[in-house]
Amino acid sequence: MGIWAYAGRRLLQSILVLFLVSIATFALAHAVPGDPIEAILGERSAGNPEIRAAAERKYGLDQPVPLQYVYYMRNLFQGDLGESLSTRRPVMEDLQQFVPGTMELALAAMVFALVVGVPLGIIGAIYQGRWPDSLARFIALIGTSVPVFWLGLLALYVFFYRLHWLPGPGRLDTGMKPVDRITGMVTVDAILRGNWDVAKSSIEHIILPAVVLGSFALGIVARMLRSSLLAALGEDYVRTARAKGLSERSVVNGHAIRNAMIPTVTVLGLTFAGLLAGAVLTETIFSWPGIGRYSVQAALKLDYPALLGVTLFVATAYIFVNFCVDLVYGLLDPRIRLS
Amino acid sequence: MASTMSTTATTAQLGSALTETRQHRSQLSSIWRALRQRPNALAGISIVLAWLLVGLLAPILPLANPDAQDLANRLLPPGPQHWLGTDELGRDIFSRLIWGARVSVPAGIAVIIVTGTVGCLLGALAGYMGGAVDAVLMRTADAILSFPSIILAMTITAVRGGPGLGNALIAVGFVLWPEYARLMRSQVLSLRESEFVTAAQSVGAGQKRVLFRHILPSTDAPIIVKATLDVGAAIVLTAGLSFIGLGAVPPTAEWGAMIKQGADKGLQYWWYALVPGVAIMSVVMGLNFFGDGLRDALDPRRRGR
Repeated sequence: MGIWAYAGRRLLQSILVLFLVSIATFALAHAVPGDPIEAILGERSAGNPEIRAAAERKYGLDQPVPLQYVYYMRNLFQGDLGESLSTRRPVMEDLQQFVPGTMELALAAMVFALVVGVPLGIIGAIYQGRWPDSLARFIALIGTSVPVFWLGLLALYVFFYRLHWLPGPGRLDTGMKPVDRITGMVTVDAILRGNWDVAKSSIEHIILPAVVLGSFALGIVARMLRSSLLAALGEDYVRTARAKGLSERSVVNGHAIRNAMIPTVTVLGLTFAGLLAGAVLTETIFSWPGIGRYSVQAALKLDYPALLGVTLFVATAYIFVNFCVDLVYGLLDPRIRLS
Repeated sequence: MASTMSTTATTAQLGSALTETRQHRSQLSSIWRALRQRPNALAGISIVLAWLLVGLLAPILPLANPDAQDLANRLLPPGPQHWLGTDELGRDIFSRLIWGARVSVPAGIAVIIVTGTVGCLLGALAGYMGGAVDAVLMRTADAILSFPSIILAMTITAVRGGPGLGNALIAVGFVLWPEYARLMRSQVLSLRESEFVTAAQSVGAGQKRVLFRHILPSTDAPIIVKATLDVGAAIVLTAGLSFIGLGAVPPTAEWGAMIKQGADKGLQYWWYALVPGVAIMSVVMGLNFFGDGLRDALDPRRRGR
């Protein structure tokens, strides 16, 4: 099967899952206790018969359930996720405001996880059973067993409260205003606008949350790379490479790592979901303006439209990332396409 | 004639049952032998059992009342009177930590037992029945797996009316079953084609009997390993929900909720949030060590490595 046919098949599968996800959020929206109109409009507006009737027509709540789903999807395709009960703005606008912050944090966390996790995994495999391996495994183990919210508190205590090396919670230093929005990512925008003070403050503020959030991904990347590199080092082609006199370095770099990267790339897709989940807690601790903190506030205030909007958005993003990962997987390993 | 046949059959059944038990026992003892060579795994399970034990014994241990307030002695640092200090209401943190073990650890285990069983049954059903049952169950599982667990758990908790340990545990269970269903389904799919299943079917065993008496008993290893590791995941997820305020509500002594209360008080009272975090970490690490050891012990190719 060519790469295009493979991509097409995966795209169809992704669309199917998206469809199911939309049914799941629709079902959740209907599981909300009490009056659905009240859940969408808030108590006061729902008391007004005119507003109520208009909302019933808009969401098709006077129609049978399957038709309500059609209305729900129609609204979704028009970018209408309802109105947040707490911010009183369309959920879509809130998402546009907060998604870039989470993206920025997740990207920084991923960079940290790869920059530290890949060498750790390689060291672990090359020095299997010796102390660098034990150390690498221990760091990876901490990354996966420490609750991210607790690690965040610990990091704040040590690096902010005790050592004063890095700033505390918040996106920028107190009193500092972000530059005018271009991408919505504060660091990127500050650099694009040439405002170095904001850029510096922004980078200082992103270090701790990115390290904390990335620690989980770091553990996964290091463990996965270690075990797949170990498997690759036991393969015949590695023995051949050694037999023809290649140095250990070029055996590892040129032959084993390339093959060990394949499962690691797949795991990155899973890790991304972990990052989004971790962002919920990390953003809460670091008062980070992203969708994680937004969703926590929505959940606590029982702001269902906002919460369901975030849920749907995040699931869509996750499916999209997994689709991309599968494509990369197919490119890296032709056997996947053929099966 | 008929009775002779049935006697023979019974003897044969008895014989095979005996061999089965013996095999099963020898398998268990070889797993135990493999586990014994792994000090990490043994240390891991000891930590978990120790927490379970002190949690269970909390009411009869000589501890301060975990809910007794002492407003004159609020937010004390660790000292001889209160080993791990006191919280904002003057309650003894050490005592609340032990009572918290009574909530967090058994809750994590119970959630995994329930969600694992449900997930496995649904997965087995999907794998064995195939067709529409399989399609509906597995696509539902796919949809649930597309949501990051904590976000879906938050939504479910909110949809169920807001904070509460019960709601949080239901949400955690709901989020975790699809992975078991997938794992079980793939095992059942391969076992369904094996000779002993064909043999059972050919002597007229019904679908239910084949599934429950023949296929299910042959599937265990990977699921047990996964369940062990997932208890840790469930504890962390539940604690996470409590930390953002959607899980256990005051005055329940629950580790995640304790970390939240400690964090709310500020970084100068570092011991308050530190202590329950160390407790969670020790349990999760213990389970990870034990789960990894178990995986190696159950996998003959890895034994002795």
